[in-house]
Amino acid sequence: MLEVENISCALDNFTLAGITFAVRDGDYFVMLGRSGAGKTVLLELLCGFIRPSAGRIRMDGNDITFEPPGRRLMAIVYQDKALFPHMTVRENIAYALPRNLRPLADRLASDVGAAHLLDRYPGTLSQGESQRVALARALARRPRILLLDEPTASLDTPARSSIRSLLRKINSAGQTIIHVTHDYEEALALATRVAVLEEGRIVQAGTPDEVFHRPKSEFVANFTGIPNFFRGIVRCGEDGCLFETAGVAFRVADDAPPGSACAVFPSDCVTLSLCRPEGSARNVFQALVMETEQARHGIDAVLDIGIRIHALVTRSAARELDISAGRRVWAAFKASSVRVIPAEG
Amino acid sequence: MQTGSFSNSKPGLSGFELAAYAAGALVLLFVAAPLCSLALRTSLPSLFETARDAQVLKSIRLSLLTSLAASLLFSIPAIPFAWLLARRHFFLKGLMLALIDLPVVVPHSTAGIALLSVLGGRSCLGGFIKRFGLSVIDHPAGIALAMAFVSLPFLVNSAREGFAAVPERLEKAALNLGASQVRVFFTVSVPLAARAILTGLVMMFARGLSEFGAVLIVAYHPMTAPVLIYDRLSTYGLRHAGSAALLFLAVSLAVFVVLRTIAGGRRHARS
Repeated sequence: MLEVENISCALDNFTLAGITFAVRDGDYFVMLGRSGAGKTVLLELLCGFIRPSAGRIRMDGNDITFEPPGRRLMAIVYQDKALFPHMTVRENIAYALPRNLRPLADRLASDVGAAHLLDRYPGTLSQGESQRVALARALARRPRILLLDEPTASLDTPARSSIRSLLRKINSAGQTIIHVTHDYEEALALATRVAVLEEGRIVQAGTPDEVFHRPKSEFVANFTGIPNFFRGIVRCGEDGCLFETAGVAFRVADDAPPGSACAVFPSDCVTLSLCRPEGSARNVFQALVMETEQARHGIDAVLDIGIRIHALVTRSAARELDISAGRRVWAAFKASSVRVIPAEG
Repeated sequence: MQTGSFSNSKPGLSGFELAAYAAGALVLLFVAAPLCSLALRTSLPSLFETARDAQVLKSIRLSLLTSLAASLLFSIPAIPFAWLLARRHFFLKGLMLALIDLPVVVPHSTAGIALLSVLGGRSCLGGFIKRFGLSVIDHPAGIALAMAFVSLPFLVNSAREGFAAVPERLEKAALNLGASQVRVFFTVSVPLAARAILTGLVMMFARGLSEFGAVLIVAYHPMTAPVLIYDRLSTYGLRHAGSAALLFLAVSLAVFVVLRTIAGGRRHARS
C-alpha cells in the first residue's frame, strides 16, 4: 500500500499542492490530467528524483519520502522509454538484474512479447517494441509499484491496444501500477482506480464509474467530457453490432470488436424531441427526464432509457421542449457517435 | 553543390561563393605552405641521418610518453569533474568554467613561470618534494605537469560537452533501476560520452605533445622534441633543426591520425 499525504512541491513553472492519494496492492491506478498538470513531476516525486517541500510518502507504513531513488522499488517507464542506446535489448532488460540472475532477461522478454528482439539495439525498434522492452526492463527490478508515464501516447492504434492488453496482463498477475495519462480512454480501458489532477491538485478520485458518472466538478466533466459511459458487451451479427448493457441495447459502428467493452458518447450528441424521430442509423429511445441541471453550454438533462444517460441541450431547445423532471421525450443518438473501447483482449 | 531548395538543377557559383572558395584556398595555403616548404627543403639523406640520431629519437620518445602519461593521469580526475560541470549547478560554477579555460589564453612562458613558482625548489610544494630528495624541475614529471597545465582544457571541455549531450533521463532511468551512481557513471554516462571523451583525450595529448614554452621553462633537460628542435636551431641553425622538426612533425601527424581514427570509430545506433 502506497500512501501519499499532502505532498507539495514548487518547481520553476508550476506547483503541486497538497496531493493526497493511496494506492492499494494490485490496483491499476490511473492519474488523469492535461499535459502540464504535473503528472511526470508526480512520478519523479514517487521515484525520489524530486524532493517534496512538504508532505509524506509511505510504503506499507514506512516513510520513504527521502529514501534515495535506488532503494524505493518503484520502477518508472518514461514516455520516451529511456532505453540505453549502447546496449542490446538483452543488456537493457538485464540492467537491474544481479549478475547471477542475468539469464532471466530472456524470460522477461518473452513475457512481454519481445523475445525476438533480444539481440537488437534500441535504435532499431518501433515505438511499440521499445515500450515492451522498457516494461520488461522495469519489471526486472521486481518493483512494488510500476510507474508508467503516458505508455501508449506515441503508439498507433493496433500497437496501443496490444500494449493495453499487455498492461492488463501485467496488472492481473498482481503488479501494482500507477499510470499517468491525459487520455480518458486509458482510464476506461485499464483503471481500477482513477484520480483527476488539475492545476497541481487532485480534484477527484475513485473508481472509474464514480469519476466518470458523477464528475464532481465542471472541470472533471469537461475533462472527461463524457458522462455517458457504460460497460457491457459488443455483439456483432448479420445486421451490424449492438452494445448491450444492463438490459438495454443500442447500435454501435459496424467495425466494433466483439467482446467486453466500454461505450462512450458525448452528451451533446443526444438529441431530444417530442415526436419519434425518423432515420434508421439512429438509436431511438423513449426517455423519462429524471433531473436537469444548468451547465456551461446549456442544460444537462439526466434521462432514464433503461439506463441513465445525459443529454446536453441548448437553453432554447430546453424551453421549447419544456424539459423538466418527469417529462417524457424521445431521445436519439447516432451509432457513429458511440465510441467503443475494448476492455479486454 | 546545391544551393536552392526549389530545383534540383545545379546553379552556377555565385560571386560570394567564389570569393569564399578563394578565401578558403588562401587559408589552406597559409597553413600548408610552411609545412610543405619544410618538407621540400629537407633532403632525404639528412632526414635518414636524423632518424638514426639517438638524441632526436630519445626526445621524440620522451615527448610521446610524457604527453601520454599527462593525458591519462589527468583524465582520472578530469572526467568525473567534466560530468559534474555538465550535470550540476553549484556555487561559482561560472568562475570554474572560466578558470578551466584560462590556460588557453595565458602565454605559455607565463604558464611555465607560474608552474615554476609552485614547483620550484624554493616554493612550499617544491620544498616539500625536495625533502624526499626529489625534484620535478628538469624531470619528466615536471614536463608532464607543464603539458597537462596547458592542455587540460581540451579534455575537460570536450568531455563536458559529451556528458551534456547524454540525456539525463538515461541516467535517471539507470538510478531508478537500482544502480549506484558509480555504476551509472561507468555503464551509462561514460560509454555514451565516449566519443567526446576520446576526442578530448586525443586533443589533450596532441596539445601536450606540441607544447614548447611552458616545458622549456620547467625543464630544458631532459629535452622534449620541441625543446630539442629549438636547441638545434639556436646552436646549429635552420638546416640542422629542419630535419628534426620534419621528423617530429611526421611522427606527431601519424600518431594523431591513428588516435583520431580510433576515437572517431566508435559509433552506436542511437535511439
